[in-house]
Amino acid sequence: MSDTHQHSVVFVRTDMLPEQEPPAAERGIVKWMRQNLFSSIPNGILTLASFYAIYALLSGVMPWVLNGIWDAPSIRACREILQGNAGGCFAVLTERWNQLLFGFQYPEEIYWRPTLALALLFIALAPVLFSKSFPRQLLIFTGLYPFIAFWLIWGGSLLVPVFALLGILAGYMVYSRYVAQSFAAGFFGGIAAALVFWWITGFLPTENVLAIQAVESRSIGGFMLNLILGVVCVSLSIPIGIALALGRQSNMPIIKWICVVFIEFIRGVPLITLLFVANVVLAYFLPPGTTFDLILRVIIMITMFASAYIAEVIRGGLAALPRGQYEAADSLGLDYPQAMRLIILPQALKISIPGIVNVAVGLFKDTTLVSIISMFDLVGMIRGPILASTEWNGVYWELFGFAAVLFFIVCYGISQYSQWLERQLQTDHR
Amino acid sequence: MTTLTDPPGGSFRLSMLINDTRYRSYTFQFIALMVLIACFAYLGSNLVQNLRDAGLNISYQFLGEPSNYDINQRLVEYDSQSSHWRAAIVGVLNTLLVSFLACLTATAIGVVAGVLRLSNNWLVRKLMSIYVEAFRNVPVLIWIIIIFTIMTAVMPAPRAFRGEDAEATMLFGAFAFTNRGVYIPKPILEPMGWFVLGVFVTSIFGALFYRRYATKLLYDTGKLLPMGWPTLAIVFVPAILIYFILGRPISLEYPVLGGFNFTGGIQIFGSLIALWFALAIYTGAFIAENVRAGIQAVSKGQTEAAASLGLRPNRIMNLVVLPQALRVIIPPLISQYLNITKNSSLAIAVGYMDITGTLGGITLNQTGRAIEAVLLLMLFYLTISLSISALMNVYNNSIKLKER
Repeated sequence: MSDTHQHSVVFVRTDMLPEQEPPAAERGIVKWMRQNLFSSIPNGILTLASFYAIYALLSGVMPWVLNGIWDAPSIRACREILQGNAGGCFAVLTERWNQLLFGFQYPEEIYWRPTLALALLFIALAPVLFSKSFPRQLLIFTGLYPFIAFWLIWGGSLLVPVFALLGILAGYMVYSRYVAQSFAAGFFGGIAAALVFWWITGFLPTENVLAIQAVESRSIGGFMLNLILGVVCVSLSIPIGIALALGRQSNMPIIKWICVVFIEFIRGVPLITLLFVANVVLAYFLPPGTTFDLILRVIIMITMFASAYIAEVIRGGLAALPRGQYEAADSLGLDYPQAMRLIILPQALKISIPGIVNVAVGLFKDTTLVSIISMFDLVGMIRGPILASTEWNGVYWELFGFAAVLFFIVCYGISQYSQWLERQLQTDHR
Repeated sequence: MTTLTDPPGGSFRLSMLINDTRYRSYTFQFIALMVLIACFAYLGSNLVQNLRDAGLNISYQFLGEPSNYDINQRLVEYDSQSSHWRAAIVGVLNTLLVSFLACLTATAIGVVAGVLRLSNNWLVRKLMSIYVEAFRNVPVLIWIIIIFTIMTAVMPAPRAFRGEDAEATMLFGAFAFTNRGVYIPKPILEPMGWFVLGVFVTSIFGALFYRRYATKLLYDTGKLLPMGWPTLAIVFVPAILIYFILGRPISLEYPVLGGFNFTGGIQIFGSLIALWFALAIYTGAFIAENVRAGIQAVSKGQTEAAASLGLRPNRIMNLVVLPQALRVIIPPLISQYLNITKNSSLAIAVGYMDITGTLGGITLNQTGRAIEAVLLLMLFYLTISLSISALMNVYNNSIKLKER
């Protein structure tokens, strides 16, 4: 056959042609754009509209950022330098950064103390957040951290946090001694031991022993206050939330109804009314003559608020567990505290982590509400002392933009962590 | 649950209250109840003691006294001689007004953003996720203050509208955006106007009836009646005809610049706008996530099955995807509405006179009746939350998948 072909056909290719590149419209960036930006006419219009929106936004914001003045004593000086051009007066941030971060009464020479506490917070949180990549021994530091942070931020005698720590240790020793016999005996015995220890040490003189400069609670402000409220209230509300969730699932009617009423009441009212309670009402319910720190009252109310929400999240986790898990624990002969500690809660908490993180982010954002009851957190500092000062009256965007960016960084970071953790904890194969 | 071992007979011993699981729960409940009663008794005795020391008592008499303060944004008649109770009513209505407006707007924003986040247009997808992340991760209080600042510090003063070459102009000659609020035209209804309105409302019901009839016809006989344009026609044509036949009984009163300020029209204060839009775009970001999750929760197999039955894309969306997605979307949507209502209490930060601003703000400060005012305030929010959750339970039960 090939012979006949050679004579009848002028040319026959014997080897393959090299592969051609796809046409220009079907490769590289052009293809990507055709698929993702201009796949149909409405899509094209949408794309152009989006480009215009981006352009409008950037053309408004970029000159303002790029022409920004970072060094001026007041807004009038800023305006003189700008001479009518668009530009931000970021000098307010360089002038007042310390007030924005620490509040206007915190002594300047000891800014290093809360800063150090913040740095240590990351070390303390690391073994909790990334339990796989850090040794478990670091958890000891996490346990010590609240006392270190308290001493660093509030100052005063070292003995106060040390005694608080020793009281908890005493309680723990009593607990671990008796927990084998009965959980209730260990638990209540531990609490009693801690209380007795604190009551006794309350008589010891702690003034000026190993003391560093003490700072009053009302001097604490700025973003530091938001962070303190957020961290303290979230960490306190998780154990309370677990207890409330277990109480709500309990089959003892009185305990169940106490928990239901508490949770539904707290979830039904806005946080601001609870802050009003902390501000003006709580004092009526305390023994006559007691003065209570406003910051402590606020912490109590926000913790109650957060624990109700966390209880609902954990209840969701408890309800999501298959009944077989409860029955398996019973059939092993575990009593209620053992079943909860060893079988139910580890699984239920794992399911509820994303929800807990959501509550934590929401709560951290809600700490700005304390500015309404005239505490000087970040928003309170901006609206109060800084915008009211003669130098910076009228610098709105720079200050609120700064506050928004700070909150965004923290909240976005936490939510990204939660998504990462969800992927890590996903043990089912999908 | 039955146990194989019969309970041992014999007399009841006191130690069984702790050691016997049958009786232990009674012990615990008794202890809990006692602790609770002790706590309340302690707090109550402190309260009585403190009130006696301060020479106060718990009484709601103050609600009847004149309030002596003014409220600019109000839906019902009110002046500074009205009672505190009246002020609280104005506050309640203002709370409901801003919550209602914000719920509507947030739903619209959230649905659009949620659907666009699933668009196959890369740029739009990214823009929407930037919107969602930016607004979800910044406190709503900051957004409220930022929008309030725009409304009061950036908008032109009314006098900027004056003169031949005014710095600011009214939008369509009808809307004026000033730093004292937004002025919009006010509809004036003559007696016959109510008739036109009545016709309009009736024709909305008529349109709904027509749609039900068309659906029933479709299910019974398979005959497909057009839905879209007849609905529009039934809603609008009769009302417009009546409007012209009766000689245009509805007119608009435009705001006009007089003296130092605009007169006429409806004045919407900046505080309301700030609260409304801040709550709407903040909650809209959350709703967008709910909508996206709801649509993604419908498995792809459903879409493919519908397509293989030969349904057109918009019918797939309407008949297969949306009914299933709504089941996932609506419960979190309602709890977002609840959040809007509770977050509307932040009105006090911008001076919008909602219930927190009147009862929990000025009334509380003027009368010093902290306990009573805060208690009433909590009761109001609790009522709203509990009734919305009751509605939600009814709804959840009605859409629950009927399983065997």
